Parts: sequence; C-alpha cells; structure tokens
Amino acid sequence: MQPNGYIQTSDHLDATFAALADPTRRAILARLASGEASVMELAAPFAVSQPAISKHLKVLEGAGLISRGRDAQRRPRRLEAKPLAEANQWLESYRQFWGAQFQRLDALLETLKASKTKTGKLRTGQKKRRPTKRSTDGEEECR
Amino acid sequence: MKGTGTPKSALQLNIRGDREIVMTRVFDAPRSLVFDAFTKPKLLKQWLLGPDGWSMPVCEIDLRVGGRYRYVWRHDRDGSEMGVGGVYREIVAPERVVTTEQFDVPWYPGEAVGTIVLIEKAGRTALTQTLLYESREARDVVMKSPMERGVAASYDRLAELLASAST
Repeated sequence: MQPNGYIQTSDHLDATFAALADPTRRAILARLASGEASVMELAAPFAVSQPAISKHLKVLEGAGLISRGRDAQRRPRRLEAKPLAEANQWLESYRQFWGAQFQRLDALLETLKASKTKTGKLRTGQKKRRPTKRSTDGEEECR
Repeated sequence: MKGTGTPKSALQLNIRGDREIVMTRVFDAPRSLVFDAFTKPKLLKQWLLGPDGWSMPVCEIDLRVGGRYRYVWRHDRDGSEMGVGGVYREIVAPERVVTTEQFDVPWYPGEAVGTIVLIEKAGRTALTQTLLYESREARDVVMKSPMERGVAASYDRLAELLASAST
C-alpha cells in the first residue's frame, strides 16, 4: 500500500491529533504557548482534579507535544514546538479549506448570474419581480 | 496540485491583532448575489460543504437580528457530524452580517464573532470575513489546532499535506 515512511507519519499524526482532540488538552497547550508551567499552575483554571490534569499531561507527553523542564521541584511542562509546527500547517489548510468552498461559490454565483440574465436584465436597477420569488429557491425553509 | 485559481480571486488570509483572523476574497458577481449566497439556506447548502466527502444536511437561518442559525455537516462515509450555530447580531443587507459562532463540540474557549463585509465595485464583490475570538488564547488555540471545522473537515487534507511535506 504505502511505504513505511507514510505509515510512521500517519501513526505519529494520529497521536498528535488524538492528543489535540480534547478541549482541555488544547487549552493546556494554549497556556503553555505563553511559557512553561507547573502541573499546579496548569490545573488552576480548570474545574477538574489535579490527577485528571496529570492524565491529560501524560497524553500530551506521549504525543511529544510537551516535555518536562529542568527544575526538579516544579517539574514544569513546556511546549514542544515541532509536532505542533507539523500539525500546524493549519493556516495553510484553513486557506485551502476556504479556497475550495469559495471556488464552489464562484460556480454558484455564475449560475445565479446566468439565470438572472435569462429572465431579465441584470443589475439595471432594482427589479422588483425577481425570479427568486419562485420559492424553489428555498428561502421559505428558513422562515 | 490541481486547483489553479485565477490570481484575481486569490484568497488572502491574515492574522490581525491578538484575537482576529481575517480573510478576503473577490467574487465576480454583484454583492446582492454574494449576500444571498451567504444568507439563504438553499444557496449556502450548495457551496459551504466542507471538504470532499462532506455535505451540509442542516442549514437553518432566521435572518433577523437576534435570530439564530444552525449548520450541520456530515461525513458521507462514516456519518460523523459537526454542528455550529449562533445568533445574528447585525444585518445590513446586502453589505454586512455579524454573527456569533459556537461549535457543538467546542474546540476553542468561548464564543467567536464572525463579520462578513461585502463591497461592490464594477459588478465585482470584495468579501472580508473576520473571526474575532474572545481571547488571544482562543485565537491561538484555533491557530494551533487542526481546525475541526475545516479539518473535521480537513484532517484528511492536513494529513495529506503532512505526508507530502515529509517526503
């Protein structure tokens, strides 16, 4: 099927995405984005127990998204930039996502323009008898 | 790669300040049509489908200030769903719409506010779509998560992207 490299990448991504799939863990990462923090500091904003937070941290650590700092007392967690940076081709995927939506919208707008010109003049003023009144246009379904 | 869009219709995506993501795009159509395409369920359902393999079975819009909207996307193959909804805060047809946005399964803290501004020039329409998050943290979570909306949505695409980036 796929060469080994792909499978490894995909497994790795699964771990990253699984770790990111939880809102608490994403919030923890967001917090760590502004600097390292101890487990206690990380737990503070959440309405869950410290052991529960530790569990989340374990998952994040397992995915390589965070690591432990030097300080033996606080054992601060810190963000590991690399896996996130990988997964964070986000902007690009966002752009691609909307790009695809908008290309479909382009096509739809062409159709709408064409159907307008067919039934009358286009943008020559405020036409009152617009063909969209036909109700097949579905605006009814939202009323 | 396919999808060679014409340069004139290129999508611009930017981060503004601490809490915003701003997108701009030009459409070759008068803004009344673009406005309709963003506010009429029958039309929205034809283009806001998510990535390949997704559809938008639910699109309800109560287009008045204080009215609600609700969108649900469904993965054709595995049936998984993703829903989002909110309230219309401002409606100035055909140039401006402001809505709140909250996903059924929240993936960023708080609520976002989406603003769409349409400016028509010589029969073409410039769209500016802004998402304002409650906090910098929220915006950054969005920036740092594989966005479920685009990605629940585009997990597949992101995976592809990463796979190709790693070769």
